Amino acid sequence: MLHAGFWEAMLKSVEIGLLYAIMAFGVYLTFRILDFPDLTVDGSFTTGAGIAALGITSGMNPFLATLLACIGGGLAGILTGLIHTKGKVNALLSGILMMIALHSINLRIMGRSNITLVNSETLLSPLTDGFKYEFVLVMGVVAMAIKLLLDLFLKTEIGLALRATGDNARMIRSLGVRTDTTIIIGVGLSNAMVALAGALIAQYQGFADIQLGVGMIVIGLASVIIGEAVFGHRTIVRTTLAVLLGAVLYRLIVAVALQLELDSTDLKLLTAVIVIIALTLPMIRRAVRQRADSRRRAVELMQHGGDV
Amino acid sequence: MLHIQQVCKLFNPGTADEKLALVHINLHLKQGDFVTVIGSNGAGKSTLMNVISGVTLPDIGCVHIAGRDVSAMLEHTRSRWIGRVFQDPLAGTAPSMTIAENLALAYARGRQRGLSVGVSRQRKSSFREQLEILGLGLEHRLSAKVGLLSGGERQALSLLMATFTQPSLLLLDEHTAALDPARAEMITRLTDKIVRETSLTTLMVTHNMEQAIRLGNRLIMMDKGKIILDIGADQKKQLTVEKLLREFERLRGEKFVDDRVMLGG
Repeated sequence: MLHAGFWEAMLKSVEIGLLYAIMAFGVYLTFRILDFPDLTVDGSFTTGAGIAALGITSGMNPFLATLLACIGGGLAGILTGLIHTKGKVNALLSGILMMIALHSINLRIMGRSNITLVNSETLLSPLTDGFKYEFVLVMGVVAMAIKLLLDLFLKTEIGLALRATGDNARMIRSLGVRTDTTIIIGVGLSNAMVALAGALIAQYQGFADIQLGVGMIVIGLASVIIGEAVFGHRTIVRTTLAVLLGAVLYRLIVAVALQLELDSTDLKLLTAVIVIIALTLPMIRRAVRQRADSRRRAVELMQHGGDV
Repeated sequence: MLHIQQVCKLFNPGTADEKLALVHINLHLKQGDFVTVIGSNGAGKSTLMNVISGVTLPDIGCVHIAGRDVSAMLEHTRSRWIGRVFQDPLAGTAPSMTIAENLALAYARGRQRGLSVGVSRQRKSSFREQLEILGLGLEHRLSAKVGLLSGGERQALSLLMATFTQPSLLLLDEHTAALDPARAEMITRLTDKIVRETSLTTLMVTHNMEQAIRLGNRLIMMDKGKIILDIGADQKKQLTVEKLLREFERLRGEKFVDDRVMLGG
């Protein structure tokens, strides 16, 4: 049943998973830390890919192009934050509106729906002719470095204020924090990371496509939820590691599914099913346990004559 | 320290639910005053607190804190001078963050929050010292998540967070009302101790008459958006719950009504 290139495919999945982990950090920051379900991600991922691809093909330094991609994504996130906080638009709707707007903006940026990078020197080009595991090693270090930076940031005074915004907004306002500002910073930062992932993915696979970001938010959520479920989420440091590993694990699950002759067009369905299972399973498990507990307790009380 | 002049607040203007919540309120607190506020349902106690803290802005009149006109300032700007403890023990702390992180959030009140570490080693030891004041052993649990604490412990932590940066004004909004009697008594004693030791200017709303009489150096009673009774330090020492109720009935010509009023501790 397994193809000959099984391990090759697994290695590829880890490579892609490490790139997607950067996007998953962004989703973690909004979805978990800020408690802001931000759908901008689907658009800003493509924005990152598009800006980087355009920059690189027009002869810009790949590092600079990637940096511009981050800034582009960050601006998109800031706009979503502004729509939500200043315009008092529902969080989900703000993200959807920005996502739709970005589709047109991305087409304007790219000028066409697909840009190829095959013959261009990219940030990742130096890695392609190294030894077999070079890419995994380098990207592993990069993902870990971003994880550590995120950990550090979330422990700074601004980072603490950001976490408190998602945890108890009323309280942190009474302590002098403008929650509008923390939300805008958080959503901006999140989408900058998402755009960075988009820029790197475009350079990894050798092209940017207008459809690249479709479904990205669900993949990000899948990574966060799978990671937390498998690797735990007691502390921030632990959770960010879980998100990183979750992104890789998600890719491995997809790779196995593909090896099992699943059609690649079914991937989005598979992702949705994984997220639904990961979201509902803990709730069902809790309900079952609670029922068993109350039944046991009821029996216990009845044995004592029921007069407690 | 706190000057409230001619403050009026109208809710739902022009509708059937139109209600004058505050009617020309004048209130002046001197540095170190500890004023308790009682009143029947809908007397305007909460609105008064919200007008002072900036959660709602007055329609008429102005509010000065520490010599500054703060009437037009929003809550997060004013909070530099105001420490506040809410009725709900869950409202004053962030549950998924640790005790030390919560204290760090409060420590940064009124300062520019930057990229320096929130819980530094140096701050940790000062947080420990502060927590010892509470006498609940929380100083040994700095990295425990606040969500794991009991309601009483969380309220004690809220009280510490509201006071340890020495704000110009401390607002206590029925902060013992949601606790069981034993914990309410613990928080009441802590409040008395902390306010006494730091001589913070304090305004405390309560529906516990005994508490209102026991704490503070001044007591005011509100009714229908007005301050109807203002009892100073000397008079307050002679005050009993019965005398207070009789005074209310004399002023209003009717019985004191508060669904939750507690005559004793």
